[in-house]
Amino acid sequence: MKRWINAWPSRPVAALLGALPFVLVFFIYLWGSNLRLQENPNDKLLPAFSQIGAAMDELVLQPSARTGEYLFWQDTQSSLRRLGLGVLAAASLGLLAGLLTGALPMLGAGFTPFITAISLIPPMAVLPILFIVFGLDELSKVMLIVIGIAPTLMRSVYHNCRELPAEQWVKAQTLGAHSGQVMLRVLLPQLTPRLIDSVRLSLGSAWLFLIAAEAIASNDGLGYRIFLVRRYMAMDVILPYVAWITLLAFLTDFALARLNRWAFPWYNPASRH
Amino acid sequence: MSAAEPLLRFSRVGKEYGSHIVLESISTQVQEGEFVSLVGTSGCGKSTFLKMLLGTEQPSSGEAFLGGKPLAAEPGPDRGIVFQKYSVFPHLTVQQNVLAALEFSRSPWLGKLFGGAKKAALEEVALWLDAVGLSRAKDLYPHSLSGGMQQRLAIAQALIKQPRILLLDEPFGALDPGIRKDMHQLLLRLWSQHKLTVFMVTHDLHEGFYLGTRLWVFDKTRHDPQAPDRYGSTITYDLALHLNNQQAVQEIAEQLDAADVARLQLSPSTGDSTHA
Repeated sequence: MKRWINAWPSRPVAALLGALPFVLVFFIYLWGSNLRLQENPNDKLLPAFSQIGAAMDELVLQPSARTGEYLFWQDTQSSLRRLGLGVLAAASLGLLAGLLTGALPMLGAGFTPFITAISLIPPMAVLPILFIVFGLDELSKVMLIVIGIAPTLMRSVYHNCRELPAEQWVKAQTLGAHSGQVMLRVLLPQLTPRLIDSVRLSLGSAWLFLIAAEAIASNDGLGYRIFLVRRYMAMDVILPYVAWITLLAFLTDFALARLNRWAFPWYNPASRH
Repeated sequence: MSAAEPLLRFSRVGKEYGSHIVLESISTQVQEGEFVSLVGTSGCGKSTFLKMLLGTEQPSSGEAFLGGKPLAAEPGPDRGIVFQKYSVFPHLTVQQNVLAALEFSRSPWLGKLFGGAKKAALEEVALWLDAVGLSRAKDLYPHSLSGGMQQRLAIAQALIKQPRILLLDEPFGALDPGIRKDMHQLLLRLWSQHKLTVFMVTHDLHEGFYLGTRLWVFDKTRHDPQAPDRYGSTITYDLALHLNNQQAVQEIAEQLDAADVARLQLSPSTGDSTHA
């Protein structure tokens, strides 16, 4: 018998082991739901899949009686637009600030302590300020995401920049590059895939801030819907919405990972393994 | 001493970090076309000396001149460098790595060439890739090159700028002995073809003897056991190496080797495989 630390599963076994928790949770839910519904057919806590299907059918496939829109798709579109705008703005800011402070010691000395301080402000604490300053519509929600993740991205780009081997900085200078060329041709292209990795890690926070902002002040969006139907204990809507958000988050992460591998073949070359 | 200004002149140069004295009273001259090998035990200051030439470290005292002018306080295109590692840009292909060297000076704003200018530059790049034997690998990224090929690339990249001096910081230290031999031949060929002036730091004495026309040994002349940082190293041997005194060279090599081995309490790792 091999030691446990050396016992590696084969590919199919690994896939099976990976699927096991999902299947397990599914059946536990099914069992719990049946148990509760037997006792009380009107129980709302663990709805049967048929109930979930019926509730979602109304949101996904039927136009809303009030607005004529398909609410589920409307919510998805609004949320994804806010998330996309927020993450894009935060990533651009992060790259710009991280590159400038990382590459130019004068700017680094001037702004690094400030950025560190900013990143420690709990974003939810400034949400009221955002609502006051930017109003209750789209801008304040996007701004919450930006304020929530941009400082972290700035710091991670800064650190990635400082961690590029000193040899490369020196080499570029011996090839005649000036500061701007070093930033443009040596640092920027190497920081971009690392930024995408950092964005992947901060997507969780981005969703958190999005849903928080939508829960507090919004007319549509995935977070808005969840908090709206909470009043009626509508688990038959909340549960599929949570699953949908999780799926969207997973797909975004997967797409970014793919993008990194496709656009930057020199980065983290997996082909070596 | 020749009447003409030497390419490089050091006058009582010293380097210290606070109370830690690394180098002291280094005075020397180097003429164009010399191949200087810098050897010594680890921590002897040979790398610090190279960094002063490179411009990433500045002398604490004394004066240093390159071509009659004070040595610049930052790296520049008049001094090429090949490090032991990380010498090439991982995000550029072999061809792009060498091309970048031309693009920095020819495209002052973007550092990128297009159209006819790029085509002309690529022809120059092709010549250098051919010279170091990398023509067939021109579209590969550095991560898929062997260590020896990466160093060939670094050399081509440095030499296409036609630097006044070429600095090598243990360039072959991480290579297998067989590959290292090939690299020696390549370097000697390029050195004689292009009349290069080379400074090479190496921990391999045999390599230093074999490649150089001149050998500097860095060591401390005074030593205070109570305060090991009190005295710095200087150039204790400055040997002219000629092919006709191979015999003498070999004897000194063995002497120094023995001293080195005794000091480090290590067994010799390289043998005499690098001797011609």
